Amino acid sequence: MEAPQIDSARIAEVARGALSRGDIERRERVFTVSDLGVSYNGKPALEDVSLDVFRNTVTAFIGPSGCGKSTFIRCFNRMNDLIPGADIDGTVLYHGADLYGRSVDPVEIRRRIGMVFQKPNPFPKSIYDNIAFGPRVLGMKGDLDERVEGALRQAALWDEVKDRLKDGALGLSGGQQQRLCIARALAVEPDVILMDEPASALDPISTTRIEDLMHELKREYTIVIVTHNMQQAARVADMTAFFSVVVDEDGSARRGVLVEYDTTTKIFTTPSDKRTEDYVTGRFG
Amino acid sequence: MSVVAVSETPRRSRALKNRLFVAAMLFSMLVAFGTLAVLLVDTIVTGWPAIEWKLFSDPPSTVPEEAGGRPAILATLYLGIVVLLLSVPIGVLTAIYLEEYANRERWWNRLIEVNIQNLAAVPSIVYGILGLAFIVRGIGIGRVVFAGALILTLVVLPTVVVASREAIRAVPDSIRQGAFALGATKWQVVWRQVLPASIPGIATGSILALSRAVGETAPLIMVGAVVYVPFDPTLFGAYTALPVQIYNWTKLPDPLFQTLAAAGAIVLLAIVLSMNAVAIFLRNRYRKQW
Repeated sequence: MEAPQIDSARIAEVARGALSRGDIERRERVFTVSDLGVSYNGKPALEDVSLDVFRNTVTAFIGPSGCGKSTFIRCFNRMNDLIPGADIDGTVLYHGADLYGRSVDPVEIRRRIGMVFQKPNPFPKSIYDNIAFGPRVLGMKGDLDERVEGALRQAALWDEVKDRLKDGALGLSGGQQQRLCIARALAVEPDVILMDEPASALDPISTTRIEDLMHELKREYTIVIVTHNMQQAARVADMTAFFSVVVDEDGSARRGVLVEYDTTTKIFTTPSDKRTEDYVTGRFG
Repeated sequence: MSVVAVSETPRRSRALKNRLFVAAMLFSMLVAFGTLAVLLVDTIVTGWPAIEWKLFSDPPSTVPEEAGGRPAILATLYLGIVVLLLSVPIGVLTAIYLEEYANRERWWNRLIEVNIQNLAAVPSIVYGILGLAFIVRGIGIGRVVFAGALILTLVVLPTVVVASREAIRAVPDSIRQGAFALGATKWQVVWRQVLPASIPGIATGSILALSRAVGETAPLIMVGAVVYVPFDPTLFGAYTALPVQIYNWTKLPDPLFQTLAAAGAIVLLAIVLSMNAVAIFLRNRYRKQW
């Protein structure tokens, strides 16, 4: 049996533009997660996660299906609150304040922490109204037209749609719809953008555009992304967390755990855990 | 060889079964459509001579040559409008509560759900008796258009609620999540995303329910749509409705009244079928692809 090979092309890919560990850890901590667990109707889905998310970085969560990475990302904007039976313990600090504190309004949290979903979900309205929805419901001041244009430009969609802002958003291609959803999230001027497998339903060209966009956006925003695609994590992320599934001895319950969290370079070149190494070298998952 | 020999008979019998089944389906369809066609043609042939301006302009009379259906037609339109104005807001709000707010774990919400389903199955004459006891006599507003409209509202309300719930349920959850993720409140999500997206379905269901209300006779006889009303109805005045007027004409001995009854039926059919056409148009025009 061959020793696991770490492919040198991947190392080159990872190394390009990646931030060093010291560089990252000097940044402000946007989220500090300690001993976080999530359960649905009493069944644990994710246990014991502790990690920090740093400002103006892209942080990727990777791992096999069912490892709880999507569950985890939904803790950051309290989307799990909308699921009956979901229960969260442990703490998530957002700029030092408890995200699940008593006085915290989840609506206010979601205004500051935007989210892009796996399947593009534009509203069945015009392109313009899709972007304007957020600013309108939040009662944001200022010129709405400018805000819409700004958001579409940031999401690299303006040139493609500027002549048909009044057309229905459902007429756009899948890749355009997803960039529209990113623009929609940007229009409310968030601090963080969460992306739950944003490119998994898209073709390779659209995927590349979304990835380029992430590189652009991290200058102004903090980005957290869940992805199935390891190459994608390697291409876009500064920090990568690898999650895995633990099955109880009797095989009855499966739950996600955080195996390793480090710089993307480290995770993809010299991981310290055997399970991470097996996963990134393609032996598992 | 033997394979071919064995399969020969079953194949013929299977083909025969296939043809028999198609024939049975065609026959069933013919029963439904044939009946409808015969009814339509017979009504139109019988009633056509009486379709003249007099029918829409004159009040009923004991002399068939002078009799018209103006008060009944007007009252039916009034009933339709009041039922629409009452049943749609109440029905839609109930549907929104049940779909978006109600916690199914709570027994009272399940009770409401079961109740609404049961109400949809209650015969309309029962609503008529209820209306007579509680609205006409109980509140004491008497045998007036508004009382009739209240009863018909009760009759169609469960249908409106069920149709609206289905329309609301058809809005994908990803739309709600997308709106929540932008910092919208529950009210904003429901009011600005879910409701606009479900309006075509709600409109279709409401119009179909309304066309049922317009054709109802039994509860209206119960709450006193008086048969002979020689003047234009008012909201709080005595009235007769088109189906009741038709029913009355058929009971009169002079064959000319039979013609009038058929003409009245044509008018009622025209109202109901055009409402259904609007419903179908709305459904096709605003059909959404998610």
